[in-house]
Amino acid sequence: MDLLRFITCGSVDDGKSTLIGRLLYDSDSVSLDVLAAIENRPAVHGAIDLALLTDGLRAEREQGITIDVAHKYFTTPRRKFIITDAPGHVQYTRNMVTGASNADLAIVLVDARLGVIEQTRRHTLVAALLGIRQFVLAVNKMDLVGNDEAVFDAIVAEYTTVTRQLDVADVVAIPLSALHGDNVVRRSHKLAWYAGPSLLEHLEQIDVTEDVSADEPRFQVQYVIRPQQVDLPDYRGYAGRIQSGVYRKGDKVRVLPSGLETEIEALEVGQQEVDTAVAPQGVIIRLRDNVDVSRGDSIIVASSKPHVTRAFEATLCWMDERTLEPGQKFLLQHHTALVKASVSALLSKTNVETLLRSAAESAHLNDIVRVRIKTAVPLVADAYQKNRATGAFILLDEQTGATLAAGMIDATE
Amino acid sequence: MSSIPSLDYLDRLEAEAIHILREVAGQFERPSLLFSGGKDSIVLVHLAKKAFRPGRFPFPLVHIDTGHNFPEVLEFRDQLAAELGEKLIVRSVEATIKKQKLRDGTGKFPSRNPLQTYTLLEVIEEFAFDACIGGARRDEEKARAKERIFSIRDEFGQWDPKRQRPELWNIYNGRIQRGENVRVFPISNWTELDVWRYIQRESIALPNIYFGHSRTCVVLPSGQLLGLSEHLTLDDDDEIVERQVRFRTVGDSTCTAAVESDAVTIDDIIADLLLAKVSERGATRLDDNISEAGMEDRKRNGYF
Ligand SMILES: Nc1nc2c(ncn2[C@@H]2O[C@H](COP(=O)(O)OP(=O)(O)O)[C@@H](O)[C@H]2O)c(=O)[nH]1
Repeated sequence: MDLLRFITCGSVDDGKSTLIGRLLYDSDSVSLDVLAAIENRPAVHGAIDLALLTDGLRAEREQGITIDVAHKYFTTPRRKFIITDAPGHVQYTRNMVTGASNADLAIVLVDARLGVIEQTRRHTLVAALLGIRQFVLAVNKMDLVGNDEAVFDAIVAEYTTVTRQLDVADVVAIPLSALHGDNVVRRSHKLAWYAGPSLLEHLEQIDVTEDVSADEPRFQVQYVIRPQQVDLPDYRGYAGRIQSGVYRKGDKVRVLPSGLETEIEALEVGQQEVDTAVAPQGVIIRLRDNVDVSRGDSIIVASSKPHVTRAFEATLCWMDERTLEPGQKFLLQHHTALVKASVSALLSKTNVETLLRSAAESAHLNDIVRVRIKTAVPLVADAYQKNRATGAFILLDEQTGATLAAGMIDATE
Repeated sequence: MSSIPSLDYLDRLEAEAIHILREVAGQFERPSLLFSGGKDSIVLVHLAKKAFRPGRFPFPLVHIDTGHNFPEVLEFRDQLAAELGEKLIVRSVEATIKKQKLRDGTGKFPSRNPLQTYTLLEVIEEFAFDACIGGARRDEEKARAKERIFSIRDEFGQWDPKRQRPELWNIYNGRIQRGENVRVFPISNWTELDVWRYIQRESIALPNIYFGHSRTCVVLPSGQLLGLSEHLTLDDDDEIVERQVRFRTVGDSTCTAAVESDAVTIDDIIADLLLAKVSERGATRLDDNISEAGMEDRKRNGYF
């Protein structure tokens, strides 16, 4: 059994909560006590209000909108699913970025009566920017347009112009009605002209196996294990997660940023010595030579030659109320490396509706900007579009520790 | 050349949890692991072994003793700590009630669940813990669904859902200011079923109250069964029965209901779970029904 993480995005009232509720309900993932709690609430259009299954916090119930990223889980005999529900409200690009950062697939929801709107572009742009490659265009509320094939076709055609602009190739469009359950879990005769899979069938079928052996090997030290016990006086293990690719016992490796070379003497996974380990396994690496390695350093298979640099261009999603201006200093967290950094220049800003770029002097909450970054210490910098694991970083406020921006490395200098 | 291992969904959940535990070790000075004796915290201990052996755990285990524990769970706790050779800190709700002059749980089923918060905050202060690892899962309850994996609490242990940091990729930001601390939930993305399947795969030992056994129970008006214990005050007309039961959670014994079950092995339990249509909390916690927003209020005030 494998795992699929997906994000759902749509504007307010497109029916996102109803859709997730429907997926959970029709796949038998809702327990009786939870159902009883929502059955006591007023019905919508004669059906129980499935949206209540996904609305969490009180502030939201009071305001009647979803304001934060929530997670839902369900399992079918084939797959475990992790749903990240990012809110559709205009100001919350930040939440969408957060949700998309951990997703493999995006369901972009549109209301069949409205078709592709500005927010559809925004959601698709953000998901593509965050490296999501698989998209589902869920055309909801088909019941309100008479289940008309022509309406669906027109929306799909319009959406194709968006995805083409963003270089998104893998899009499956599905007409459905979340409220009535048509084409969500089961295919519906009301949409007999549609020959494809239901939403759940599609989610269960798509290929999620990745060929890790094709990826550049990357590993960063999280923690140094030194038992200093009588039976293990000299044991020194570098604990961390393989970020990408494959590691093998005996591999020649280089420690970065120091550049020292040595060899993997032993590789351990969960207290067992192994010959081979792959991303995203957590391992302990023991090295042949006694070289100086600490948290934040990378151990890279010597045949792979990443950029190690103190300056690079990156795309930021700015997530804070204060304004970003060139010259500001931050802490930059690149997984386990925490270094001082500054944004030395703002290069451009992307208009999330038109997808066009323009010059920028500053950035505000929810802006997506291209910047130049300088760091105090060299980083192992891969381009995000090549390596989602090592191309990502966050910027922090040095004093409060608050997370200010999500960053993706574009190009190294 | 050796073959490349292929990972299934449990391997991936395990890898994520180990990564989170090691981030705690790497980022904090004085972390701790909150150990309830329940299956989720037992799974955390198992994951900590995978993350840190052959080294010692970089944190002590901390148990908040409600005084209403199942004796089987306490026995299990002590034995596990001894086997591990790790430090176990126990602080009791009883002592906090005396010291802070709190009102103990009253009534027929005197729950001490809400009172645990006080003891937890005391122990955090006593040892200046900057991170507390817990076994909470997002599938347990609606307010939990939005909880971060690294969740920042202020000096009073309070959680503000609107001030949560965005949690991007698997980059965990544990940078805090003096007085703040972080609650860390490595198995956030696991469901009850995932936990059981993992326990099965890894052959993890559990306290025997998780498995079907015969027990003297009080029948509640709701029809739920409560194990008979010295902490309950019975009325004359209470119905006392002997039933084959098991527990799905092992919290405070005065408010943790038993479910009727013949499941005696982990396989049976998983089969039960696949059929059962009542959530863990719904089945077994008497005190969450108080209000729909019960958990959210409690979390704001510093609860686990
Ligand atoms: N007719 C119809 N109404 C729907 C459908 N899906 C959702 N709705 C309704 O649209 C409204 C907004 O749905 P909701 O799920 O709360 O939207 P959200 O804001 O995107 O989460 C509610 O009144 C739903 O009942 C659908 O497929 N057909």
